[in-house]
Amino acid sequence: MTDLKGRPVPAHELERVTIRFAGDSGDGMQLAGMQFTRTTAVYGNDLSTYPDFPAEIRAPAGSLPGVSGFQISFAASDIYTPGDEPDVLVAMNPAALKTNLPDLPPGAAIIVNSDAFTPQNLAKAAYTSNPLTDGSLKAYRVFEVPISTLNARAVEGLGLTAKQVDLTKNFFALGLMFWLYDRSLEPTLQWIDRKFGHRPEIAEANKRALRAGYNFGETAELFHTRYHVPPARLAPGRYRNITGNEATALGFLTAAKLARRDLFYASYPITPASDILHELSTYKRFGVRTFQAEDEIAAMSAAIGAAYGGALGLTGTSGPGMALKSEALNLAVMTELPVVVIDVQRAGPSTGMPTKTEQSDLLFALFGRNAESPLPVVAPATPAECFDYAIEAVRIALKYMTPVVYLSDAFLATGAEPWRIPDLADLPTIGRPNHTDPATFAPYARDPETLARPWAVPGTPGLEHRIGGLEKADVTGNVSYDPENHHRMTLLRAEKVARIANDIPDLQVYGPAEGDLLIVGWGSTFGAIRTAVDRLQAAGQRVAHAHLRHLNPFPRNTGEVLRSYRRILVPEVNLGQLRLLLRAHFLVDAEGFNLVRGKPFKIAEIEARAQELLGQARPSRR
Amino acid sequence: MTTETTASEATPARPALTRKDFVSDQEVRWCPGCGDYSILAQAQKVMPDFGVPREKIVFISGIGCSGRFPYYMNTYGFHGIHGRAPAIATGLKAVRPDLMVWVVTGDGDALSIGGNHILHSMRRNVDIKVVMHNNRIYGLTKGQASPTSEFGKRTKSSPFGTIDRPIQPLTVALAAEATFVARSVDTHTEHLQATLERAGRHRGSAFVEVLQNCNIFNDGAFREFTDREVRDDRMLVLEHGKPMIFGRERNKGIRLRGLHPEVVTLGEDGVTEADLLVHDERAEDPYLALMLSRMWWPDYPVPVGVFRAIERPTHDALLQAQIDEAIARSGEGDLAALFAAGDTWTVGE
Repeated sequence: MTDLKGRPVPAHELERVTIRFAGDSGDGMQLAGMQFTRTTAVYGNDLSTYPDFPAEIRAPAGSLPGVSGFQISFAASDIYTPGDEPDVLVAMNPAALKTNLPDLPPGAAIIVNSDAFTPQNLAKAAYTSNPLTDGSLKAYRVFEVPISTLNARAVEGLGLTAKQVDLTKNFFALGLMFWLYDRSLEPTLQWIDRKFGHRPEIAEANKRALRAGYNFGETAELFHTRYHVPPARLAPGRYRNITGNEATALGFLTAAKLARRDLFYASYPITPASDILHELSTYKRFGVRTFQAEDEIAAMSAAIGAAYGGALGLTGTSGPGMALKSEALNLAVMTELPVVVIDVQRAGPSTGMPTKTEQSDLLFALFGRNAESPLPVVAPATPAECFDYAIEAVRIALKYMTPVVYLSDAFLATGAEPWRIPDLADLPTIGRPNHTDPATFAPYARDPETLARPWAVPGTPGLEHRIGGLEKADVTGNVSYDPENHHRMTLLRAEKVARIANDIPDLQVYGPAEGDLLIVGWGSTFGAIRTAVDRLQAAGQRVAHAHLRHLNPFPRNTGEVLRSYRRILVPEVNLGQLRLLLRAHFLVDAEGFNLVRGKPFKIAEIEARAQELLGQARPSRR
Repeated sequence: MTTETTASEATPARPALTRKDFVSDQEVRWCPGCGDYSILAQAQKVMPDFGVPREKIVFISGIGCSGRFPYYMNTYGFHGIHGRAPAIATGLKAVRPDLMVWVVTGDGDALSIGGNHILHSMRRNVDIKVVMHNNRIYGLTKGQASPTSEFGKRTKSSPFGTIDRPIQPLTVALAAEATFVARSVDTHTEHLQATLERAGRHRGSAFVEVLQNCNIFNDGAFREFTDREVRDDRMLVLEHGKPMIFGRERNKGIRLRGLHPEVVTLGEDGVTEADLLVHDERAEDPYLALMLSRMWWPDYPVPVGVFRAIERPTHDALLQAQIDEAIARSGEGDLAALFAAGDTWTVGE
């Protein structure tokens, strides 16, 4: 690679890079980020992404609330998070610069669209002076690029309106980043053809913008170096990039196929779960039946109706929808029907911050229903793992004839990472047959091992029976108000869920089997905790990581693991919900680390908190 | 497709069923004298006529006195939660088009807490037969006003009279695009049987309002026009293709005057049968049915019978058609291919 004057532009090899695209929510930053991600994935880097966008589809242009960002971290080795701090920020306007600057470490590169730094836009971002000229960005390497002007010149002559021209500038920025990180334009050029093939002038404009950005990097002498991140040494296999929501949809489809049941998905649109409905509604060829219900209650109820009919009943929502589903979910507890509820958690309470992540529905999933209402809860830890835990949720639901709550969150749902495509033959066998024999049938007769009741679906001759939300007499399932029966049934329902502990893997420990500190997490904190623990271990600390995927019941060895360390730290994006459970169940002095900001933990934050505890843990050294 | 067939893949080898085959072993626990007994009895009587085996029939209910109905039917039954029976039924029917699904509900269950589900199950033309017991009161909770209680009605929850206007269930069903809408009366047993029979044979959303007496909390709610002595003069039995004539002497009728129905007497002021409205349950537009649904004693005779019965594709059929079309177009889904869709890359050993 050479510059215009024929001098080679040096390419520095890097282990890991984190970049962030930021602009107006109408600037196409998510698209630029996703295209960068695709290209990087196909190239073979490990990667992790973090889209961060406002709930408003189009907040006022140039305003601070309207800023949309997309962060991607990619590396030559295994990585678990989208990176704490961007090495490079692409800021398309002053508002994007202002909202993202606090996340940048000193020395980070900032590429700004200098055309957007007009007095009007500066005022919208509440800047009293121009940060490009007032010296406030001294700690960073700032590259001013008149992106709008250069891009407009590149797409001249295609007969586009000024608005259409402006809409292509994200591809200019993308092209520039492709040059800087030594990526091929081909995957994006092909994508443009597929996407805009029917509108040749738009396709051409986007291609020109992309190439212009790339060529600008090559010729402008603005950047004295470009960077190269070699492919990662991932486990052998075929990979694709996948978001948590995509993996969730694929996982439940696969689970239905493994269990040889029809998949019925009922859902009411809600951020950030809607993409699961969108995805599953395209799986018609797989016989998937999707149902956009009139409300959350109907979605839950319809899933129960489908499960009653012998299908795999599934519904998905986020926190506010969970609240509405509670009553019907309890009907599934009482009727002991296999349904799965996906809760893609978001910041609350109430409407909260719909596009922002949080882990605050854990206690709600466990206890947010009237009366004694036990049900299993599982939670995937990474976007790709959403696939595996969808299958696990279905396995448990069918084997134990119980509703299951599957807790994802906004960070997992919209974040992406490489997924090693599984071989169908390697996937577990799950499912249960329908009960068909009238001679051995009672609606609430139980399997002696699992305590599951039979699945007797309508259409089976001789098994006509009635179920419902009223308390059931043990075995016969007839309505019963008998006090002793109610006590017995309450215990049976609890025992059935408790016994699942015998049927799930032990809690794995990453690091020493005993030591000074155990960091316990669940859900999407996995990546930040794991990387922090790696760093602490590399620094010689006796620190381990245990990550719970089964939140109810807990793995059988959980207490034993917890008691093997001097201190226990539980980082959560809530005020200590898992910590409360661990303390209650195991009488251990677990300490919390709780930041509820609508965004994931940074690695450094967990590392620092752990260091603090480790310092306190060894008073004798002072 | 015809509306006059049901999921009647009866197995010819089995003996024909009788009313008794549909009586469950559970003790019926409604108050003595409740109108629900008659509705249950008529349902059990007409069930054998459909030729549908018992195991293919499902009764789903919500909460309220009507909610107990499934326990007494010797079929599959699901006693759901308050107002949600249509949603449960929608999910069931979506995955099991082969089943005949009945929803039993009440005025509070269907029109208050479950109003949204009734509305949307009807507009989707989910193939369910909804039987709504209307007693204009909350019975199971012991006597509060319901969405069909008369304005000003004094109840336990409205000691100074309700200040909420009632709604007409059939107007709601028609507004929600129900493809079959009918009304009958608990004590008019033959008419009720015939109405349930028609509903059962309809393919699509059927909504049947049964005027039902709650002898404990709202006794005589409909007596003014349903009692044997007065009913001929105060009720209008709708028959498709027939002029709207009523009265013991069969000398009264309904004529359209401007946008309003008008009660006229045949032979007076030169009124003849030719002047009367002719009932058309198959009209694609809902105007006639909507007008009839607003008629109520004492301004008008109360219409009973089938207000509307039209053909439209059912929800389950449309759902299945999309699946069939997708498979016909591109073949059955291949999981391995779906996994590897889009951009993939391979990492070697």
